[in-house]
Amino acid sequence: MNALIPLIPFLPFAGFLINGLFGKKMSKTAVGIIGSGTLLVSFLLSVACFNQVAASGPIHLSLYNYLTVDSLSVNFAFLIDQLSVWMMLIVTGIGFLIHVYSIGYMHDDEGFWKFFAYLNLFIFSMLLLIMGDNFLMLFFGWEGVGLCSYLLIGFWYTNTEYGKAARKAFIMNRIGDLGLLLGIFLIFKTFGTLNFTELFAQLPAIRLEAGVVTLICILLFVGAMGKSAQIPLYTWLPDAMAGPTPVSALIHAATMVTAGVYLVARCNPLYSLSPDAMHVVAFVGLVTSIFAAVIGLRQNDIKKVLAYSTVSQLGLMFIGLGMGAYASAIFHVTTHAFFKALLFLAAGSVIHGMGGEQDIRNMGGLRKAMPVTFWVFLIGTFAISGFPLLSGFFSKDEIFAYTYAHGGKWWWGFAGLGAFFTAIYMCRLLYVTFFGTFRGTDEQKHHLHESPAVMTIPLVVLAVLSVAGGFLNTPHFMHLGNEQWLAHWFSSVIPMAEMHLPESTEWSLMTFTTTLAVAVIGALYFIYARPGNLPVADAAQGGLTRLIAHKFYVDEIYDFLFVRPVERLSKIFHYYVDIQGIDGIVNGIGSGVQRIGAGFRKLQNGNIEYYLFGMVAGVILIMLKMFLP
Amino acid sequence: MLESIRQIPIDYYVYLSTLLFVIGILGVLIRRNAIIVLMCVELMLNAVNLLLAAFSTYLGDAQGQIMVFFIMVVAAAEAAVGLGILVMIYRNTKSTDISLLDKLRN
Repeated sequence: MNALIPLIPFLPFAGFLINGLFGKKMSKTAVGIIGSGTLLVSFLLSVACFNQVAASGPIHLSLYNYLTVDSLSVNFAFLIDQLSVWMMLIVTGIGFLIHVYSIGYMHDDEGFWKFFAYLNLFIFSMLLLIMGDNFLMLFFGWEGVGLCSYLLIGFWYTNTEYGKAARKAFIMNRIGDLGLLLGIFLIFKTFGTLNFTELFAQLPAIRLEAGVVTLICILLFVGAMGKSAQIPLYTWLPDAMAGPTPVSALIHAATMVTAGVYLVARCNPLYSLSPDAMHVVAFVGLVTSIFAAVIGLRQNDIKKVLAYSTVSQLGLMFIGLGMGAYASAIFHVTTHAFFKALLFLAAGSVIHGMGGEQDIRNMGGLRKAMPVTFWVFLIGTFAISGFPLLSGFFSKDEIFAYTYAHGGKWWWGFAGLGAFFTAIYMCRLLYVTFFGTFRGTDEQKHHLHESPAVMTIPLVVLAVLSVAGGFLNTPHFMHLGNEQWLAHWFSSVIPMAEMHLPESTEWSLMTFTTTLAVAVIGALYFIYARPGNLPVADAAQGGLTRLIAHKFYVDEIYDFLFVRPVERLSKIFHYYVDIQGIDGIVNGIGSGVQRIGAGFRKLQNGNIEYYLFGMVAGVILIMLKMFLP
Repeated sequence: MLESIRQIPIDYYVYLSTLLFVIGILGVLIRRNAIIVLMCVELMLNAVNLLLAAFSTYLGDAQGQIMVFFIMVVAAAEAAVGLGILVMIYRNTKSTDISLLDKLRN
């Protein structure tokens, strides 16, 4: 088995090489089969890994010594423990479904082979990030997924706006990456190792200044902020929707953006030493969760709503992490991967059926034309809103319970506010898109059709997972069986979070949030059944609606505060330092030589007498020098 | 013969050869006719010859006169080559004006 483990990341890499180098000449069927087939094998191997980890504990596998410098020695090694094998299952499993879906979604695109090559490269990088047994490999994968994210956001690179969105994502991530890198440096300086196992093993034994650990945690969290789109580095994620929809589903909802959550969960022994850092994590998560949810309330692009929803849900995960409920956060990563991938793919199916239309104001009544898409979208919406017994219900409720237990009622209240908004914007999206009457053009109405089976089957699978995913980790007080299974599964990597709440309190918390969610789901149906309540055109937006629809003008504020000053500074440097300074010196030397040459050129006038005169004058001068004192 | 040479002070030889040499230089610098320029070069050479011969006699050393013979040979060769070039120039340009010979410029 151990010999097969390297195949898990390297099979998608082989797929990347084959599709990337020869894909242009291969048939689309062959490209699709290689792209998804390699991933299917990776998924099956991950399942086998899962069984082995379940049977005999974590697997360490060192391939070769990657780097040895002085006291730093880093192996190209995999650490397959309960946490990483779980993430591997999510990445390869969801990744496989999305690859299959992409065969249908991208079928008419001329960059089909390139798309699959990039997706496979992404899976490879993501697996390295998860499977690496040290911070350097994690960083390697971290940068790899950033690159793939950039490539795929700018996939339709002929559109300038998309290219800009890709660059924005890359630069925003770079800010976070700097934090991560500094964190890794500080870890090496403090502990002398980058290996997870060695690092965490020496934590209990050594005494540290609390400030150092807090600093390390905050720096790592800055990295997580960038990748997982938290305030203030979240603005790239909504723009990243420029990429093809399967990319949004895979990279910008289900897997890559959860890398930050994985990082914090992986480093939980460090975070547990620093309550201050935990507070920062929880606070940033809380603010992000509410802020993004509010923006989501008044977005009219179907993918933008889902993007802000993702930011908000990631915020919720960080609240969980900050409250010490690491396992719950990973549980929410799992269920979120199910229902958010489902929602994005269903949105993709809608966009596909509408012939590229993304504005929900031009949709409506789609449930008759696209029944499968409608039902799975409904399931996804209910799951994320916290409808009882669906996956989001369990995972969100667990985070709320921990928030109440560790943070108190104010934290709980604000986190619940974010969830309340989430239910509202998701139901708004559902009802405006699928109910009512069709508001698009006649041409779109004529074109409207259900997506092919290659797209709907992954949707159905994800819908089943979104329904059943919650039973991976049911709360102990409901006695549904499988109690806290996932938390127990993680217990050797992530200590079980403690929660001392009376069962009655837990019941009432759950009843409250659930009633709220169901009430929202019901109330919004009637609100949006009235045409007068439908979202209005941009020009008709007033006051608060306009402010929210423009995302609180955060992009404009960033533009004013950071982009323009930097631009102005670079213009100054360009003109005064580069053009006038450096170019001036270089050109000055050149033109100086030319000017001197122009002077000397007058001597070379081709006139023999003149030369002779020069010669005689020279001789006379020599004479004078020799004979005069 | 030797006596009659020595009756004239050495200074006069120096003045004469200097005068001849300067005439030669001025001729080369000022005149444009190539034949005259060549003649002026000969004049300069012979001014030097005269000086060498005079000093040789005064010092009683024959080396200077040997040098004179060398110079005369070189001058003859130079005149032959120079006049040969001149004939070719005249055939091509129908002129012996050296100020026209600036074809290598540019």
